[in-house]
Amino acid sequence: MNAKTSELAFRGRRFLVLSVLALAGLALVARAVDLQVVSKDFLKGQGDARYLRVVSEPAHRGMITDRFGEPLAISTPVDSVWANPQELILARDSWPQLTKVLGLKRGALERQLAAKRDKEFIYLKRRVAPDLAEKVMALEIPGVALAPEYKRFYPAGEVTAHVVGFTNVDDEGQEGMELVHDARLKSIAGAKRVIKDRFGRVVENVERVSEPQPGQDIVLSIDRRLQYLAYRELKAAVKSHRADAGSLVILDVHTGEVLAMVNQPAYNPNNRHKLKSSDLRNRAVTDVFEPGSTIKPFTVAAALETGRFNGNTVVDVRPGYLKIGRKTIRDFRDYGIIDVSTILQKSSNVGASKLALAITPEHLWQTFASVGLGADSGSGFPGEPSGLLTDFGAWHDIQRATVSYGYGLSVTAMQLARAYAALASDGRPLPVSFLRRSEAQAAELAALYEPVLSKSSLRSVRQMLERVVEKGGTGTRAAVPGYRIAGKTGTVKKSGAGGYIEDSYLALFAGIAPASDPRLAMVVVIDEPRSEKYYGGAVAAPVFSRVMAGALRMMDIPPDNANSPPGQRLAFLHRAQ
Amino acid sequence: MILAVLVSAVGVIEAKHQSRKRFVTLQALEKVRDQMNVEWGQLQLEQGTWATHSRVERIARKKLHMVNPKVDEVVIVEQVGQKP
Repeated sequence: MNAKTSELAFRGRRFLVLSVLALAGLALVARAVDLQVVSKDFLKGQGDARYLRVVSEPAHRGMITDRFGEPLAISTPVDSVWANPQELILARDSWPQLTKVLGLKRGALERQLAAKRDKEFIYLKRRVAPDLAEKVMALEIPGVALAPEYKRFYPAGEVTAHVVGFTNVDDEGQEGMELVHDARLKSIAGAKRVIKDRFGRVVENVERVSEPQPGQDIVLSIDRRLQYLAYRELKAAVKSHRADAGSLVILDVHTGEVLAMVNQPAYNPNNRHKLKSSDLRNRAVTDVFEPGSTIKPFTVAAALETGRFNGNTVVDVRPGYLKIGRKTIRDFRDYGIIDVSTILQKSSNVGASKLALAITPEHLWQTFASVGLGADSGSGFPGEPSGLLTDFGAWHDIQRATVSYGYGLSVTAMQLARAYAALASDGRPLPVSFLRRSEAQAAELAALYEPVLSKSSLRSVRQMLERVVEKGGTGTRAAVPGYRIAGKTGTVKKSGAGGYIEDSYLALFAGIAPASDPRLAMVVVIDEPRSEKYYGGAVAAPVFSRVMAGALRMMDIPPDNANSPPGQRLAFLHRAQ
Repeated sequence: MILAVLVSAVGVIEAKHQSRKRFVTLQALEKVRDQMNVEWGQLQLEQGTWATHSRVERIARKKLHMVNPKVDEVVIVEQVGQKP
């Protein structure tokens, strides 16, 4: 009996054990199916989320260079220090070290961490020097890491500030060419999916989500050497005359390229802490002024175009003033009976007025408008005004007269330079460009523009303008030894809210060189010189002379004035041997 | 069958190993590239700083005592037979 019951009990227990084991096996299989089949996607997703990361790969912004490829704005890779606040907030002991190395304020860091407690990313300091970044990483503070970024640097600094402009901390163009061509310069950061380990190291590249696209490089028309020379001379002149401001523009007359453009006051784009908003003003392009006597060559050109005048036609400018209605137009002194060429040389307002009154207002307006006065210069700069040239239909005699010597219309320095470039070349008012133009491009462009003045009147106006710089003219101080210079001075009364302001002047000089075969046109504007001299011939002309002398030398333009400097005669002798 | 499975398993291991090795090389090369980029940037900046016109001019004038030639010191050599 005992044996029987014990066998029964054994079978019962065996069955029990077996079924428990079977159930356990089934449970395992069920779980395996659940993991592998039913919840597979969910689990894989969760797993990936713990070690798969999408990291961005920054690409660099395009470089801006001058016409010879010298860098004017470059992006260099740097590191930004960032932190995960959730981790850093726990590592309170290491804060003093961190703030010391990075030069942060303790309180500021504390507040920042408290405010962003629930975030996972804050920048501690952006764009630090590589050695500083190394020091920070050497501290091995939990939650602190580096992110690659690019920093924009302007090697020429203040010299090209207004042309190039600058970008903000997010690498977006804010001013100048950086703003105008932002779309081309801009880079697009790429992204890739990687597997990271516990320490944030990349273990495996999984896939590339998008290619990083660096921005395109841009080649400007600026010549860095001329730009520096212009900057140095303008700055010195503005300082020595205690002037408010100044601008200088140099154009290549055959292509319309801007070779140099500087303004004072300027700023350092690499360090913009002390930046005043007035320093940002790109005066050469944005500020309009009445061009005064610098417009007279165009009045004369209009008169010559009628065929009724030439350089020797005499005009009676006695007695040194001219009454039109209630207004009186005055000359510096009574020049008597002079020819057209002397009107320019002495800058006679009465003479210019008489020429203007002798031709139709429509023709005068047409001549001014066709060389681009009172119209956008085509520079493409943000905020360029079109200037002002009122319609001739509204001109009475007095307007016809005042316009002839540059009052009652307004232009920018760039527009004036463009008009002089038209005068210097074959009479085509090419739109100016800050980007380098190839010879083919320039030729193509020139084909689109008709010459607006005849060759013969251009030649005689240039000859007359040479007399301005010769002995007896108003612009003798613009002369450059060895070269023939054609140019015109201007001294303009500044107008304010209630008409013209006493003792407040703009000193101007606009000129072209070399006169025998012009290559360069330059405009110098000095705003409110406060030294005892304020005439364009005394303030702006010397700047023109110094910059032009350097520019002609640097551009390898041969001297064309054989009889001026003694040194050169030797050379001609040499040639005769 | 078993043999084929074994061979393919070894093949997978080999391929994975190769890919890891390559990846390590890639990482090392990328690091080198990044370092070179940094250096290139720094060199560009350095060159930019050394070649600042004002600095070049200062050295030329003060240290090397260079001057612009005066007008009467300039000699122009022209090719014989060409009009001036």
